[in-house]
Amino acid sequence: MSTTTVAHHDEHTDHPTGIMRWLTTTNHKDIGTMYLTFSLIMFLVGGSMILGIRAELFQPGLQLMNPDFFNQLIGVHALIMIFAALMPAATGFANWMIPLQIGAPDMALPRLNNWGFWLLPPSAILLTLPFALALFGIGDGALATGWTFYPPLSIQGGIGVDFAIFAVHLLGISSVLGSINIIVTLFNMRAPGMTFMKMPMFAWGWLITAFLLIATIPVLAGAVTMLLTDRHFGTHFFDAAGGGDPIMFQHLFWFFGHPEVYILLLPVWGFIPQILQTFSRKPMYGYKAQVYSFWAIGALSVVVWAHHFFTAGLPVPALLYFMYSTMAISLPLAVLFFCWIKTMWRGSMSFETPMLFTVGWIILFGIGGLTGLVLADVAADAQYHNSYFVVAHFHYTLFAGGIMGIMAGVYYWLPKMTGHMYNEKLGQLHFWLTAISFNLTFIPQFFLGLAGMPRRIPDYALQFAEFNMISSIAAFVLGLSQLIFVYNIISTVRGGKKATDQVWEGAEGLEWTLSSPPPYHSFSEQPTVK
Amino acid sequence: MTTHSNNHYYVPHGALYPVTISAGLLALASGFIFSVATDTNKDLAYLQTPGKWMMYIGAAIIILMTFKWLSAVVVESITGQYKQWEDKSFRIGMIAFICSELAFFAAFFGALFYMRIISVPDLAAFDPLFTPYKDFLGTWPSAGPGGVVLGTEYVPGKLTPMGAWGLPAINTALLLTSGATITWAHWGLLKDNRKQLILGLFLTVALGTAFLICQAFEYYEAYTHMGLTMGSGAYGATFFMLTGFHGFHVTLGTIMLIVILLRSMKGHFSAKNHFGFEGVAWYWHFVDVVWLGLFIFVYWL
Repeated sequence: MSTTTVAHHDEHTDHPTGIMRWLTTTNHKDIGTMYLTFSLIMFLVGGSMILGIRAELFQPGLQLMNPDFFNQLIGVHALIMIFAALMPAATGFANWMIPLQIGAPDMALPRLNNWGFWLLPPSAILLTLPFALALFGIGDGALATGWTFYPPLSIQGGIGVDFAIFAVHLLGISSVLGSINIIVTLFNMRAPGMTFMKMPMFAWGWLITAFLLIATIPVLAGAVTMLLTDRHFGTHFFDAAGGGDPIMFQHLFWFFGHPEVYILLLPVWGFIPQILQTFSRKPMYGYKAQVYSFWAIGALSVVVWAHHFFTAGLPVPALLYFMYSTMAISLPLAVLFFCWIKTMWRGSMSFETPMLFTVGWIILFGIGGLTGLVLADVAADAQYHNSYFVVAHFHYTLFAGGIMGIMAGVYYWLPKMTGHMYNEKLGQLHFWLTAISFNLTFIPQFFLGLAGMPRRIPDYALQFAEFNMISSIAAFVLGLSQLIFVYNIISTVRGGKKATDQVWEGAEGLEWTLSSPPPYHSFSEQPTVK
Repeated sequence: MTTHSNNHYYVPHGALYPVTISAGLLALASGFIFSVATDTNKDLAYLQTPGKWMMYIGAAIIILMTFKWLSAVVVESITGQYKQWEDKSFRIGMIAFICSELAFFAAFFGALFYMRIISVPDLAAFDPLFTPYKDFLGTWPSAGPGGVVLGTEYVPGKLTPMGAWGLPAINTALLLTSGATITWAHWGLLKDNRKQLILGLFLTVALGTAFLICQAFEYYEAYTHMGLTMGSGAYGATFFMLTGFHGFHVTLGTIMLIVILLRSMKGHFSAKNHFGFEGVAWYWHFVDVVWLGLFIFVYWL
């Protein structure tokens, strides 16, 4: 059935082999594979960094590392997880799946696409090189400011801050190029007959993501550029003595930083309903409502940034505005939640690994969202700010809401990408270990935060010892169970039961009409959508 | 969905340009960091020279590879690989790129408004009993109240602000005229009048260059006679950051215009197929619009 809709053109199948294939490729599947592989590697790198942190926090007192190195690990962990693990994973899926889902021959700007990926390894080098340089006595390691670069600490810091600034620049260029490519692809490459309101949900999620990236990543680039000139060229953007203000950096940073949350989540919200409808064997509920909610969330996300620094000393009217606008986001988000649940309602559901991850995702991401609502309350935030409550909250949104969503996507699409079924038993084991150890890692942190334990501190008072011990043990289980995931992916790529074209009984959409794995060049002739 | 006159999309062959440019960027960035490492750590002074060389090599790689990449695209264009469908991709892509550039400038305009409306007046509005900045007036232009910053004393310079109606007004006239000349050149291209196209482009390049010369002169004046430097507090920082990045974009735009001029003289572009020309023209208009914002908010008001 692989040839029903696809006419093969052999003109470009003579691509180079070996390393040159990957260095020069303009093929969206190759580039998607590189993005996903890079993301998996960096996920393990960032994860091992945080295991170092959890080992140090296993007991009160300083055991394993000095506080400065502790801070460096925390900052680089966050930057790697956000920019080098989550974002590339979403972009990898976009590269693989958007052309297949909209019936396009490839991404619209293939060479730019290649560059978008090849900017990532240099930025990963820039992020981690300071650690290696410090071993040779050059500089004092990576940035120790946390991933947020707040001045004046980031102005006093050593070369690690400069490396991180340029890493962010390169990552930013990569994201903007990726976004331009996705916008162009979605505007210009849809199959005849596929109107915007017939686009798959994943494409919609990515379209809004790309708009947000175009609007906010350059602002981050500007902010870190000001940091750079403050550090090296004598400007006073963030110095009160020159008329500047360190708080201004927080405004600029979070103008990017808050939409960034939705940049990480919107692609996941795109394919989650697709997984739900596949395994509920009924069409997704409220397609239009979901699309409009995406728009509403995208628009609201750029006007709520100051809730990240309520305690910095903003005027009361500003506090009130940012509190109400932040809470307003929960309305469209609630619409999405109802649509997801209603899609499953009375469906004939089955629970393969992708569906397990998706249902778990809805519950855990729900906890992340609700705790966010608590943090949005100005009065309550005065207590929670900068505590472990915040850490637990954003891991519920970004690990559960981001990474676990991505994992659902991996299990969902891996058979399509590789042509082999993954090991279902191992997949389910991976899900249960991940879900349980994740909760055991972060539920204690909610309590720690409520009891007043501050984040980013290597030592703590004795009364926090038990919860930290539980959290550390669970974190190691969480980390180690990801090795099952890695093993499962590798063995699926190398072989396994052949996957059918449709893979899942209830799967619908253009990507499932192609063979598994799809031909190197798919849709050279565009299909028509009715 | 639009119907495509030709439903085959050109997917370009692979190339090493992107990955080489990335390597160049890595060398440029780390070289820069090494060359200024002594700012934060005096022991790292020995990295200065190797860092500079890394920067030069990185920059050379980037420039060379950009040139080769774009040359390959030009060859693909004149051999007719890019039809209507691909052309539309380039157009949408260019619009998205210009939007991202606008967001970049918005960050610096945001900093200007924030300092002028919030941080400078706030610093002057403290209770005199509780502030080290007793005599500070929150008027604009401001070099800040002065004081101790990170262990070093900062004394605000006595700066003269850049007036709007001298060179900046001339520069505004230059850029606005150049916007008109490039449109005139475009009309020439559409009518297939090569003479008008080339003359219009030549005038645009000349006006852009004149703008850059005026800008350089303005910077020279600021540093030597007006006491206005990057270190002159809020005003100096925003002034040089905004005009500097704008000037950098004008420089890039002028280089792009020169390339387009040379291509026009070689007979490239037709009335129907000239995205290369239009992309540069759009970029030039964008630079023009940003300048108007600069003229109003940095120089005039």
